[in-house]
Amino acid sequence: MSDANLARALSRRSRMAKLKKRLSEGLFSGYGFLGYLFLYLPIIILVIFSFNDSRSTAQWAGFTTRWYVAMAKDHQIILSLWNSLFVAVVSTIISVIIGTLAALAMERYRFWGKLMMDAVLYLPIIIPDIAMAIMLLIFFDLSGVGFEPWKVHLFGVHLAVPYSVIIGHVAFNISFVAVVVRARLAQMDMVLEEAAQDLYADPWRTFWRVTFPMLLPGIVGGALLAFTLSMDDFVITFFTSGAGFNTLPVRVFSMIKKGVTPKINAVSTLMLLFSLVLVAISLILSRGGGEEGPSTPTL
Amino acid sequence: MKKWLTLLRQRPSLQAWLLLLPSAFWLFVFFIAPLFIVLVYSFLERGTYGGVVWHFTLENYRRVFDPLYFKTFWRSFYIAAVTTFFTLLLGYPLAYYIATRPPKRRGTLVLALMIPFWTNFLVRTYAWLTLLRTHTGLINVTLMSLGWIHKPLPLFGNDTAIVIGLVYGWLPDMILPIYATLERLDRSLLEAAMDLYASGPNVFRRVIWPLSLPGVVAGSMLVFIPSLGAFVTPAILGGGKALMIGNIISNQFLAAHDWPFGSALSFVMMAVMLIATLIYFRATSGEERRQL
Repeated sequence: MSDANLARALSRRSRMAKLKKRLSEGLFSGYGFLGYLFLYLPIIILVIFSFNDSRSTAQWAGFTTRWYVAMAKDHQIILSLWNSLFVAVVSTIISVIIGTLAALAMERYRFWGKLMMDAVLYLPIIIPDIAMAIMLLIFFDLSGVGFEPWKVHLFGVHLAVPYSVIIGHVAFNISFVAVVVRARLAQMDMVLEEAAQDLYADPWRTFWRVTFPMLLPGIVGGALLAFTLSMDDFVITFFTSGAGFNTLPVRVFSMIKKGVTPKINAVSTLMLLFSLVLVAISLILSRGGGEEGPSTPTL
Repeated sequence: MKKWLTLLRQRPSLQAWLLLLPSAFWLFVFFIAPLFIVLVYSFLERGTYGGVVWHFTLENYRRVFDPLYFKTFWRSFYIAAVTTFFTLLLGYPLAYYIATRPPKRRGTLVLALMIPFWTNFLVRTYAWLTLLRTHTGLINVTLMSLGWIHKPLPLFGNDTAIVIGLVYGWLPDMILPIYATLERLDRSLLEAAMDLYASGPNVFRRVIWPLSLPGVVAGSMLVFIPSLGAFVTPAILGGGKALMIGNIISNQFLAAHDWPFGSALSFVMMAVMLIATLIYFRATSGEERRQL
């Protein structure tokens, strides 16, 4: 074989290889597109049919916003939305404080019983929510406390939220907050804290001026996760609330059981908007906080 | 007071437990104690009008293995395994696709994954209800009006519907951990394999797959455990006919008022999860050793 032939054969081979690579790359991109289509299409269809001018959620009959009007006029839905927000805010505040303290202990200390605490903190994440729900139901039933409502008057709305629901939400949220804050603590450089100590800052001052500002993105991340989990929870709320108390997911579940209408699509779209806002907030905060953490703290 | 403070300063483990006091209190009272109460309840007899009679029995655990309940257990296990298989089959290439994009696109694609991930599970399940329902679901209505089918497809009220709902619901939980391991994967290892004339499939089988196994294991656990304990998905997409163990458990508390039996069922369910997890860990870590 002459040199020219060899060169031609080689270039043909490399062209073939390039073509093969481009083909597999194209197929792969196509798969990626289909994957995301699978994830988004059901949600998009759900939103579209919330504007359907018919009771059907399968045949398009023109545009309307009447299902949103019906939703806004439904006192049960509005009340359950307030309940959801109240439970989420209260349980997030409690679990963020408790969970952050736990994270500090677990990440910064060596002590007797650490392994056991590790297991206790991880268990609520792993255990299926149906098991946790019935555990709490039996516990509150047996102890005879918890189901009585916490009565609050807020923005002109009267809420009666069972303590058991808030206690249950905190019980699963502590672990998630602790995991997120611990991850942040593990990334953090201890040099700055040591420097503060070397400059005779007392531990209290070191914590508030150095550790806390650096930890803040982790705490906010944990809070957002806790808030979302609390807003989204159905199973544990359903079993720990006793009769007559609805959060938004509990209300939606009982609506679904009664029959499918575009009104449920409208409520679902509202809940979807909530998630979008939360994703946006977490995105803005993570951009603002930056990968390196906030600007150098001053003593 | 001062004495206490010096003592605290000298004993770091005391500081640690002081920080842990609120979380330990909350979790021991509202999580560990309820867990033990359920364990105790599972050995008691049911009361006539709900509640329990404090009399020791193993009857509840024997009943779990009655063919009636055992069949549901087995079906739930099967559904969870099939769900895990399909999320892995669909999710792995998608995770690989994201991990091989340029860094900027990667960020956008991961964000696009977070939106369905943060969307309420109930809402996502409901979305499939409107698609799958037999006579009024979008898929069957559309296919019938196009004349492609003459009889509605059996998409609803069966195991297929439950698996579709679970795969859709838990797919992001499979993709994210696999993506995390693939993204950290050392490119030079792939180049080294190519330089040694490993074929594409061989690079995958001998290098990429073993290195991504921790993500596969984590993702599989994140999908398998909640799928086995599923309650919402079968309640909505099972159409009241196809049930899973989570529904049988909830029925003991909401309808049948047999709390001891419900407790025994949930303990057996958790035991199955634990055993499956251990076997899976053992199998995959064995594979890792062999491949490397």
